[in-house]
Amino acid sequence: MIRLRHKVNKGDFVLDIDTEIPDTGITGVFGESGSGKTTLLRCIAGLEGGDGPPVHRRDVGYVFQQPTLFSHLDVRGNLDYGARRARSHRVEGTHVIDMLELGTLLDRRVETLSGGEAQRVAIAAALMRSPDLVLMDEPLASLDRRRKDELLPYFDRLHDELSVPVVYVSHDIEEVSRLCDHLVVLEKGAVVADGSLFDVLSRVDVPLLAGRNAGVVLWATPVDHEYGLTKFDFGDGDIWVPGEFPADNVPMRLRIAATDVSIMRERPEQTTILNVLRSTVEEIHRVDAARALVRLVVGNQSLLAQVTNRSVARLQLGEGDRVFAQLKSVTVRH
Amino acid sequence: MSLYGPLWLSAQLAAVTTVILILLGTPLSWWLARTSTRWKPLVQAIVDMPIVLPPTVLGFYLLILLGPRGAIGSWWVSLTDSALTFSFAGLVIASCVYSLPFAVQPMQNAFEDLPERVLERAWTLGASKLDAFFSVAVPLSMRGFVSAAVLSFAHTLGEFGVVLMVGGNIPGETRVVSIAIYDHVESLDYAAAHRLSLLLLVFAFAVLFAMFALNQRWSRR
Repeated sequence: MIRLRHKVNKGDFVLDIDTEIPDTGITGVFGESGSGKTTLLRCIAGLEGGDGPPVHRRDVGYVFQQPTLFSHLDVRGNLDYGARRARSHRVEGTHVIDMLELGTLLDRRVETLSGGEAQRVAIAAALMRSPDLVLMDEPLASLDRRRKDELLPYFDRLHDELSVPVVYVSHDIEEVSRLCDHLVVLEKGAVVADGSLFDVLSRVDVPLLAGRNAGVVLWATPVDHEYGLTKFDFGDGDIWVPGEFPADNVPMRLRIAATDVSIMRERPEQTTILNVLRSTVEEIHRVDAARALVRLVVGNQSLLAQVTNRSVARLQLGEGDRVFAQLKSVTVRH
Repeated sequence: MSLYGPLWLSAQLAAVTTVILILLGTPLSWWLARTSTRWKPLVQAIVDMPIVLPPTVLGFYLLILLGPRGAIGSWWVSLTDSALTFSFAGLVIASCVYSLPFAVQPMQNAFEDLPERVLERAWTLGASKLDAFFSVAVPLSMRGFVSAAVLSFAHTLGEFGVVLMVGGNIPGETRVVSIAIYDHVESLDYAAAHRLSLLLLVFAFAVLFAMFALNQRWSRR
């Protein structure tokens, strides 16, 4: 585990954090703008916060929101910059170049790179420094949708192949659900929830994880195909998803948004909805005057459903009730 | 020799002054570009004063300061047994003061244009502050350095008033090209004045043209 303990007072903003994150995988730091996400990263790097060793002796790689490569050097020069100053060799240079597919870009001037290419070079440069911890400050936020989609598979690869822990700051719940293993939720400079991604996302009492941010992630394995659909087995049941995903026993992440889940007392006999899961109401949390978040359990898995307080009253929903969950849509990632 | 001697002396003076100004001006302009102290306007005003002061005023104060009884002059006399005024060394000091803003301004502008994030990136890539300065800030501010060197050199080459006050007109020691031209005109030797003046004119044009052409190419990159 890595201990993060930082305190900064900027007058109108106070960051006060004391938490632990795993020393493997990707830890997401999720929060709205102004919640202190970037300040936390800058404190870890030593760019803010005062005490501790100077930045260059902290062995952290930092990926900024804007790539800002060194324009007096070509791509190779930019990668060598960190490599020459590395104090350990836990990251293999050729592996980084392969992973981010930079082989053909090495001799290019940095001004000729697209936004996505530049960000890939910036990530590689940070890795070449052979850091103990990689900090990423919304590395996709400066890119448009198309470039983002181009870049995301590289992050999937980093997630699978990189042995260095990553702290990934984002305000995009979809990015976090796709990439992270552990999640820290920040609000007004303080940690309001943290734990494994699956646990934190299935909580109903975190205000920031309500509305369109509410939703769970399930690990599921594609096992069968029919009518152009793929059947995923999540251990405690099946979920059908449009599209042909290779049934090669590699588990994938399914994100099920709470707004896409509805609750019914009786099993709907005639419905166009593909997925109806028998489940139990575990927890009902009033979000505001109109809405409530309901946590349902299916076997050992949790689902969230966002419903109105009116429906909760009309169905007389209570904890422990046996109900049916209808899933309107499911996103497959990875 | 007598015709082109002053030209050679001017070139030497300008070269020495430029080297000193780049060396001293770099830390000064770095500090001016990045400081937020309330003393900055004061320092900035002092540095830039030679731009607006008449050269004779500057020359007058330098003459007093560098003279055998002045603060710097007397110390120099006790150190070297010779006077600073009316010497090449005195001219170098005077030129450095006179051309300082022409070295500092372009470098300061270049440093101010450098985004803080670029330096922060260098630090997170393992560079100490000094390392990042030389490996990132200096190469990315090359335009500012070139402008500073060109302007310091050309400006020193063209100075007249300060030189006349502090250096006088000693052949081979302080008789720089601008003084020599003035002399030639005084003695109605227009042919000699023409030859030197035309050389300076062409040089000044060529240097500025080259600088702006280079700037354009750099900004297009």
